[in-house]
Amino acid sequence: MSAETSSAAAIGEVEGVSLYDTDHPAPLIEAPRKRTKKTPKSTRTNFELYGWLFMRLSGIVLVVLVLGHLLIQLVLDGGVSKIGFAFVAGRWASPFWQIWDLTMLWLAMLHGANGLRTVINDYAQRDNTRFWLKMLLYTATVFTVLLGTLVIFTFDPNIR
Amino acid sequence: MPAGTLYRGREGMWSWVAHRVTGVLIFFFLFVHVLDTALVRVSPEAYDKVVATYKTPIVACLEYGLVAAILFHALNGLRIIAVDFWSKGPRLQKQMLWTVVVIWLVLMVGALYPVLGHAARELFGS
Ligand code: HEM
Ligand code: HEM
Repeated sequence: MSAETSSAAAIGEVEGVSLYDTDHPAPLIEAPRKRTKKTPKSTRTNFELYGWLFMRLSGIVLVVLVLGHLLIQLVLDGGVSKIGFAFVAGRWASPFWQIWDLTMLWLAMLHGANGLRTVINDYAQRDNTRFWLKMLLYTATVFTVLLGTLVIFTFDPNIR
Repeated sequence: MPAGTLYRGREGMWSWVAHRVTGVLIFFFLFVHVLDTALVRVSPEAYDKVVATYKTPIVACLEYGLVAAILFHALNGLRIIAVDFWSKGPRLQKQMLWTVVVIWLVLMVGALYPVLGHAARELFGS
């Protein structure tokens, strides 16, 4: 133990000097979500791994979908000035843009919601606060995804 | 630096802070954006009326800010992916961050006219 802490040059270039030595050992930071005897079995899945992977895979697809969307809506063909009911009707007449928007809606909402879940887990310290913030997040996410999906599938250019 | 903190400063921490802040901002925008788009199911007039606010100079500036947030989040997101999956990624993270910043600046200059041009014409006459 002391053999390791006495050579405490672990802090290198970034801070310039080492803050720690034998008399001032570095604080021990416990591994996040360390397994203990109290950890319920039911949490032993790879959910967080798949979440981590999903953030990266969806991110790559979103680069194309969202930046393409912004280019179409804000830059090409007169920028925002052209947007209106008739413009949307023209775009959603094509299944290609319907599927584009649908994929973008689902991926962006799930990516953003999973990201916000991480943020809530990081900052909301009390169990109750964390629970209710996440319930609010999940409710808003399900509502938004369903509403957006419904709007794409039920769009009616001859509404009036 | 206080002992026992996980915040280590420098490029690594600040790019993470910016990634987090922009991600949360985009999520809130998307929530409102799906609501405003849903107005196409109410009536063409209701939709056009709300979209008209998107064309005012003040909101044009907010749109420019949204573009800034998304471009940073997207480019830095690709950098994060490179750090995680590319064997040289961790060692080159700083260089990649500055590459991200340069590309971001170039794209932001490029977006000036398309995004803010109509607002400038409205404010200062064409
Ligand atoms: C200020 C910039 C933006 C403008 C002017 C804009 C405009 C529009 C318009 C006119 C539509 C109607 C359908 C279409 O034309 O494709 C739409 C739909 C959509 N936009 Fe955007 N958009 C913007 C930014 C974004 C961003 C940043 C995202 C993603 C994070 C996004 C995600 C979506 C989604 C998911 C839909 C489909 C909505 C639904 O299912 O009801 N938009 N947008
Ligand atoms: C444009 C393409 C995008 C890319 C390449 C991208 C990439 C990423 C990556 C790789 C992460 C994971 C960071 C980590 O695990 O440490 C992430 C986090 C996040 N993203 Fe995205 N993203 C994109 C679009 C979006 C959109 C449209 C939203 C909002 C709807 C969003 C919201 C978030 C949030 C809230 C986080 C969590 C931040 C954190 O935990 O600090 N991202 N993004």
